[in-house]
Amino acid sequence: MSTDIALDTHVKRSVAHGMFTIERTYPGVTPQRVFDAFASVEGKNGWFTAPNEMWDIAERTMDFRVGGRERLVGNWKSGMVTAFDAIYLDIVPGERIIYTYAMHLDGRKISDSLATFEFKAAGGGTAFRMTEQGAFLDGYDDNGSRERGSLGIVDKLSAYLEG
Amino acid sequence: MGLDATFQALADPTRRAMVERLTLGPASVSELARPFEMSLPAVVQHLAVLEASGLVASEKLGRVRTCRIEPAALSLAEHWFNQRRAEWEDRFDRLGDYLKKYPDGDPR
Repeated sequence: MSTDIALDTHVKRSVAHGMFTIERTYPGVTPQRVFDAFASVEGKNGWFTAPNEMWDIAERTMDFRVGGRERLVGNWKSGMVTAFDAIYLDIVPGERIIYTYAMHLDGRKISDSLATFEFKAAGGGTAFRMTEQGAFLDGYDDNGSRERGSLGIVDKLSAYLEG
Repeated sequence: MGLDATFQALADPTRRAMVERLTLGPASVSELARPFEMSLPAVVQHLAVLEASGLVASEKLGRVRTCRIEPAALSLAEHWFNQRRAEWEDRFDRLGDYLKKYPDGDPR
């Protein structure tokens, strides 16, 4: 379990709310097939990861049912440790998944989010939509985080452009 | 300025290339236009989108309009949102490749 109560009293508290939607069409596969890639460790190993040369998976567990948890901890070559902790709220097989998830960066929580994934048949393939509603926490003014998290404009743009 | 405007501004490859060029330093409009096979008005139109998003600022000195990145326009919060979104875009690209490779089910 990760510690959700930050004990560092020097952290400047802040919350920024944001939302985004991403839509994709996956041709030639059914909504059930796409859903299945979300529903097991085997499926998620195929895509819910980072490039191998950049990190190692330190921990991956998944209990895919309403109320169940998923955890993914990664050790990055840069020395950074990221942790993803999700709790499943809603599962409609082949159609919809909703979970909340927290992201920790080097033990500090950086966000709590609600993530909704929708799968619909469309033209012989699957129309897929993800919506994230997030609360991004603390650290915006923290110099350490700024250096570590590459919050500079140049780094930001290059990360975006490479992404 | 909203996140959508920032994201829309960066969604176009020409505008991304312009922003990338400007991260190296300020440039005149004609310098910015040089690598692209498009008319000057088309380049100016892209610049207008970038300026409207707040990513790029320009000023006219004499007959030359000089453009530069406007770092203040991107709040750190926006940075986080855009980064989070980019991470998911990456994952969904990988998901697409994975589904192409294994259309009938996950490998055992």
